[in-house]
Amino acid sequence: MISLFRDAEALVRSEAEAAYPYECCGLVMGVLDGQDGDLRKGSALVVVANAREGDARRRRFSIGPEDFLRAEREAARLGLDVIGVYHSHPDHPAVPSEYDLSHALPFYSYVIVSVEGGRAGDMTSWRLAPDRSSFAPEPLEVDPGPARPES
Amino acid sequence: MTATLVVPTALRGFTERKSELSLEGATAGELLEALVALYPDIRPHLFDGEGALRGFVNVFVGEVNIKGTGGLDTPVKDGGSVMIVPAIAGGAGSFPSAGGGRIR
Ligand SMILES: [Zn+2]
Repeated sequence: MISLFRDAEALVRSEAEAAYPYECCGLVMGVLDGQDGDLRKGSALVVVANAREGDARRRRFSIGPEDFLRAEREAARLGLDVIGVYHSHPDHPAVPSEYDLSHALPFYSYVIVSVEGGRAGDMTSWRLAPDRSSFAPEPLEVDPGPARPES
Repeated sequence: MTATLVVPTALRGFTERKSELSLEGATAGELLEALVALYPDIRPHLFDGEGALRGFVNVFVGEVNIKGTGGLDTPVKDGGSVMIVPAIAGGAGSFPSAGGGRIR
């Protein structure tokens, strides 16, 4: 299971809407718990500019290794791990595509948010099977996150 | 020659959760082979069926991506550091046909 702090979840939605009709993408940082890191808390995001160009960004995203390295180092600095990836599906359901499957890495939580006509909708999370054959849904919940002083 | 191989979070499930391994090898490719010899289950995530590095697997020797420096033949200094760095790709394109059963 992955629980996303509310701020992080809201940021995924707002990034997805801002990028529409293109796909947004980024990495989820957080902490791993439970057996094999299966209980994870996503507390912060690294927003990445979609490295695909032009209209390809409507249906594809890519996060280059330099951005990934930057995120790994940012996570280490904060005492966190990179635990997942998020991206949006403009005018498509929040279900992984064959393309997502063939390019997926094990272990990471793949958070997908659907954006219908510019409005963020369903958000789901998925994990790649160890044999790379499929994605399995991963329960996703929103955590209120650390209490903040009222302003 | 011994170098340090840095393994990303995603692949630590294959390396007894170790993030750094000290391995023998004179090139980036030899270090990866040493890794696979130690943890064979990691192979399909690094290499495709033809033995080429998967597109989303990048290898940095020091701060430099080996894509620009001779690929797997890039030499590694004794005591040097080699990092496996993922790149992530995906998107909404091409859905499985209904009932295809690949996505559960
Ligand atoms: Zn996708």
